[in-house]
Amino acid sequence: MTAPSPAPATTDTLLSVRDLTVEFGTKGQTPFRAVDGVSFDVRPGQTVGLVGESGCGKSVTSLAIMGLLPKRGNKVAGSATFDGTDLLTLDDREMRDRRGRDVAMIFQDPLSSLNPVVSIGVQVAEVLQRHRGMKKSAAMAESRDLLDKVGIPDPSRRLKEYPHQLSGGMRQRALIAMALACKPRLLIADEPTTALDVTIQAQILNLLKELVVDSGTALIMITHDLGVVAGLCDEVNVLYGGRIVETAPRHELFASPRHPYTNGLLGSIPRLDGARNEQLAAIPGSVADNIPWTSGCAFAPRCSRAIDVCRAETPSLEQDSVAIEDHLLRCHNPWPTGGEA
Amino acid sequence: MSPMQRKKDRIDALAATAGTAGDIPDAGHVSESGGLSLIGSAWLRLRRNPVFLVGATITALFVLLAIFAPLIAPHSGTANPLIGQVTTNHPIPNPQSGYPLGGDNQGRDLLSRLILGSRQTLIVGVLATLAGLAGGLVLGTLAGSFGGRVDTVVMRIVDVMLSLPSLLLALAVATLFGQPSQWTLIIAISVVQIPIFARLLRGSMLSQRSSDHVLAARALGVKRGPITFRHMLPNSLGPVLVQATLVLAVSIIEAASLSFLGLGNPDDSSPEWGQMLGRAQDLFDIAPHIAFWPAGCIVVVAFGFTLMGESLREALDPRNRR
Ligand SMILES: Nc1ncnc2c1ncn2[C@@H]1O[C@H](COP(=O)(O)OP(=O)(O)OP(=O)(O)O)[C@@H](O)[C@H]1O
Ligand SMILES: [Mg+2]
Repeated sequence: MTAPSPAPATTDTLLSVRDLTVEFGTKGQTPFRAVDGVSFDVRPGQTVGLVGESGCGKSVTSLAIMGLLPKRGNKVAGSATFDGTDLLTLDDREMRDRRGRDVAMIFQDPLSSLNPVVSIGVQVAEVLQRHRGMKKSAAMAESRDLLDKVGIPDPSRRLKEYPHQLSGGMRQRALIAMALACKPRLLIADEPTTALDVTIQAQILNLLKELVVDSGTALIMITHDLGVVAGLCDEVNVLYGGRIVETAPRHELFASPRHPYTNGLLGSIPRLDGARNEQLAAIPGSVADNIPWTSGCAFAPRCSRAIDVCRAETPSLEQDSVAIEDHLLRCHNPWPTGGEA
Repeated sequence: MSPMQRKKDRIDALAATAGTAGDIPDAGHVSESGGLSLIGSAWLRLRRNPVFLVGATITALFVLLAIFAPLIAPHSGTANPLIGQVTTNHPIPNPQSGYPLGGDNQGRDLLSRLILGSRQTLIVGVLATLAGLAGGLVLGTLAGSFGGRVDTVVMRIVDVMLSLPSLLLALAVATLFGQPSQWTLIIAISVVQIPIFARLLRGSMLSQRSSDHVLAARALGVKRGPITFRHMLPNSLGPVLVQATLVLAVSIIEAASLSFLGLGNPDDSSPEWGQMLGRAQDLFDIAPHIAFWPAGCIVVVAFGFTLMGESLREALDPRNRR
């Protein structure tokens, strides 16, 4: 069964993902659905969050949009329309020309995302030479400015250094510089702060806000941390087991989270103003206990509000009846508005 | 398990150590505070490793000997000052003052010929290894960069090469050229090394293919050429270069065996250890020492290269990091 799409894509939509489904598995085996009918829209300048625990299909969603999934061993269905073109139908060459120029991506681990044997400057310049046809010297000069812009101190020196000579935060800044070098209209950030320590995380998020959000670049922010969402995203999609279980504008989601899973995620954010002895609510079990969406709600085995119908009928994604704003929900027995964690 | 399967497994195990090459700089490294780089930390461990020290010393002495051979050798390699002592009953001049190892059956100084032979032996070994490396780089890069069908075809060719007994293959190449010479020797040995290098490189290229930094580069639209030559190849070379050190030893031994079988350079005015060994076989009953010396040199030098190669591999293997 397919989820009813959110409101049809309006003309000012930059990226419109519809019923994106990714299956892994070799011939003969029953395929494993990592992403199952995911639909969402991104407007220019908007920041959209994809939130969920490890293994819920966040990275696979973004890799599918970027055309970066392995060539063999998977099946992608649905569409991802970017500025009128369905990215999923482009051939290798066309998609390659768009990557880095129209859409760019940054990854979780900044150290392993950089080539260890090539200097930072050459790596940034490579993108400029590739897409803007710049000469080496011009590209190096521009790289210096880019490093400066992402807040790397002493950029002329850092240009000549190798990834292992930079700190984790600086490496992620360098990767952001590379991603933004050709001023893409959409940036996908796959857990860009997970590998960094807390103070650096805040800096990187601020940098993204400054450079991406304020310059009108659209951003898909992938995270398992609702704290990141609270500071950055306009629109939030909560994923569980490859499906969207709740979608709402940020204020709406934080004011009245309805899905028990969303509530669980919210409950696991440490709060500075929380009482000392207040326990961090964690969701019992893990995605490893995941069941497919075929027989009832996949979250039911871990859900404190699960009732009989949850195990019998697979819920569909529908407009929440009590919400005022756009608020889609896939749940038989949601928390009442203003639900508690 | 067939010998061929064993050979393959060994190569693949080596290649697997390259899979982690991407995180090497992290492992032994403390960033910013003037920490250790990959090479730095490997060197620190090597310096304290007696196996490496022995291997490196032997190798260094051998290379120095080869370079300065004409200056070190007390006599010429072609003059035959001892010819007067060569008789039918006693064809090998004894060791004597000025000629500590005696002469050969043409009255030439054995010590000088041994010293001069080091140069030829090194040249054959190095050239054969370089040629094998070059061939392996081409095939391995092709397979590792394109993957898919190209990979399958290239690797089948490599498997065929790998399945031929190396000596037989070398013999075939040598006879193919009719007149054996130093060059047929080099070609023969390098052909045998190509599949080893190719398989090794392909293995580490494939693990680079699925690495984060290659994915990140692809996410920026970088084309296949730069992905291969800037992002994959340089990060895959480590185990291949270590293997080259080990192959040097094999090449020297292989050259010796081929020369011994008469497939080497027929002209003995520029001596080579394998060739000297080959010539010594007729006289082995009377004068075993003229076989002993070149054989001993070959063993010691091959041992030196092997010790050095093995300890290098150990030092650069991220799994051995403490
Ligand atoms: N190449 C692949 N082949 C088979 N299964 C895969 C492949 N890539 C991902 N998967 C599976 O798809 C599911 C979703 O993976 P994905 O990487 O999208 O998770 P994620 O939400 O990004 O998690 P994390 O927070 O850990 O990054 C996982 O169960 C994973 O095992
Ligand atoms: Mg992920």
